[in-house]
Amino acid sequence: MRRNYHLFVLLFPVVFWLVCFFLLPLVSVFIYSFIERGMYGGVRWNFTLENYSRMFDGLYLGILWRSVSTALICTAVCLLLGYPFAYYLARYRPKHRNILLLLVVVPFWTNFLIRTYAWILILRTEGILNNFLGAVFPNWGPLELLNTPLAVQIGLVYGYLPFMILPLYAALEQLDMSLLEAAQDLGASPRRAFWHVTVPLSLPGILAGSMLVFIPTVGAFLTPDLLGGGKVSYIGNVIERQFKTARDWPFGSALSFMLMGIVLVGTVLYFRALQGNESAK
Amino acid sequence: MKRILEVNIGLVYLFLYVPILAVVVFSFNSGDQISVWEGFTFGWYAKLFEDAALWRACRNSLLVAGVATVIATGIGTTTALAIERYRFRFRTALTRCLYLPIIIPDIVLAIALLIFYVQTSIPVGLISVIIAHCVFNIAYVTIVVRARLQGYDNTLEEAARDLGANEWQTFWRITFPLIAPGIIGGALLAFTLSIDDFVVTFFTAGVGYTTLSVHIYSLLKFGITPKINAISTMLLANSIVFILLFLWFQGGTTASQRQEA
Repeated sequence: MRRNYHLFVLLFPVVFWLVCFFLLPLVSVFIYSFIERGMYGGVRWNFTLENYSRMFDGLYLGILWRSVSTALICTAVCLLLGYPFAYYLARYRPKHRNILLLLVVVPFWTNFLIRTYAWILILRTEGILNNFLGAVFPNWGPLELLNTPLAVQIGLVYGYLPFMILPLYAALEQLDMSLLEAAQDLGASPRRAFWHVTVPLSLPGILAGSMLVFIPTVGAFLTPDLLGGGKVSYIGNVIERQFKTARDWPFGSALSFMLMGIVLVGTVLYFRALQGNESAK
Repeated sequence: MKRILEVNIGLVYLFLYVPILAVVVFSFNSGDQISVWEGFTFGWYAKLFEDAALWRACRNSLLVAGVATVIATGIGTTTALAIERYRFRFRTALTRCLYLPIIIPDIVLAIALLIFYVQTSIPVGLISVIIAHCVFNIAYVTIVVRARLQGYDNTLEEAARDLGANEWQTFWRITFPLIAPGIIGGALLAFTLSIDDFVVTFFTAGVGYTTLSVHIYSLLKFGITPKINAISTMLLANSIVFILLFLWFQGGTTASQRQEA
C-alpha cells in the first residue's frame, strides 16, 4: 500500500501534465482536422473530409514533397560532413578530444534565431560573402543567395549538424579497435575493413543521427521563414499561415496530422532498422 | 586519407564558427548597414540600454524560463525517480509517451496547445507559455536525471535504511545529494531551451506578451538594424556562460561516479 502511495505521489504530476497539456491538445488537433472552417476565421462543427482531400491538390503535394526532400538532402549532407568529422574526433588524443567536442556543442546551445540570422548577414546581396568575393574579384556581380531554396538548405544543415555529429561520435568512440586490427590481420584492406567493420558497427549512431536531423528539419518553420523569405513554401510555413494569417485552423490541423504522420513513419523505420541491426549481430 | 579528414575537420569548424564570429564582429560596426564594415563603435550596446521594449521582453523571457524550469525540474525529477526505482504497469508506455513531446515537430505542439487554449478558454498570456514550455522541459529533465540515477548503485540507500533512517531522511540525506548534479544539469538545460524557444512561444503567447525570442523575430521580420548584432552577441555570451555551468556540474557527475566505481 505504501509503495502504491509513493508511486502515486511521484507519478501524478507528470501524468496530469502530459494528459492535460499534451494528449488532450493532440486530440483537439485531430478533431479540428475533421470540421469545417467558419466564415470569420472560426470553425463550424460539421464533419468533413475536405481538409484531407485538399492536401492531395498538386500545390500541397508539391510542398509536402519539397519538405521531405529538403529534409532528406539535409540529413545526407550532415552525414557526409559529420561522419568523417566524428571518425577523426573519436581517434583524436583523449586530452584534447573533449575540447574539440565542446566546440561542436557551443553552437547548439546558442539561440536558434541568432544562428539563422547570422546566415542573413552572410548571404544577403550586400552581405559578407558578396562583399568578400567583390573585394577579391573586382568584376563580381553580387549573387542573389538569400530567399532561395539553397539558403534554406544551408541554414538547415547549419542548424542541425551537431545533432548528427554527437551520436556518430558516441558510436565511433565505443568502437573496439581490436576488431579493425583483426580484419586487417586477416588480410582486409583498410577500405574493406572500413566498409565491413567500422560502418556496420557505427550503424546505431548513423541511424540515431539521421533521425535527429530528419525529424526537426521536415517540419522546420523558422529557417524557411527567415532564409527563404516566404518565397518558397515548406509544410511548416503553410501550417503557420493557416493559424496566423489565413485563419483556416481545420486545414492547418489536417496538415499538422500529415506532418506527424511523416515523422511517425520516420520513427518506426528507425526502430525497425535498429532492431534489424541488433538481430544481425 | 588523413589529410582529407583534417581538411574536413577544419572546414566543419569554419562552417560552425564563421557565422557566429561574423555576428560578433559586426556588433562593433559603426555603420548603419548590418554587414558593411565602416568603423569600430560600442554605440549599439549603449543603445540596448535605452531600449525599453527589449528589456520588457528580457524580463518576460526570464520570468517564463524561471517558472517553467522550476516546475519542470520538480516534475521531471519525480518522474525519473518513479521510472528508475519502481516497476509498474504502464512504465514502458509512460517512458515512450515522455519522448513524444520531443519527437513531434515543435510547430505541431504549438498549434495543438493553441487550439486547446482556445477551446478551454484558457487565456493566452505568459501562463499559457509557461505551461507549454513545461511540456517539453519535463521530458528533457527526466532524461538527464534518469541518466544520473542509472549511474550509481542504491546500496548506499539500503545502508542508510539499515542504520535507521526513515524514507524521508534517506531521500534528503543520501539520494538527493547524489543526484543533485543531474537535477541541476537538467534545470540548466530546461532554462536554456525555454529562453531559446521561439516556435511554441510564438503561438501560445498572447498579444503584448513578447519574450526575447519573439522580440528578435519581429526585429528580423520588420526591419533589421545593426542593433540586432549587439543583442545577438549578448545572448551568445550568455549561452557560453550556461554551457560552462552545465559542463561544470556534469563534470562533477562523472568525477564522482568514477570515485564510486
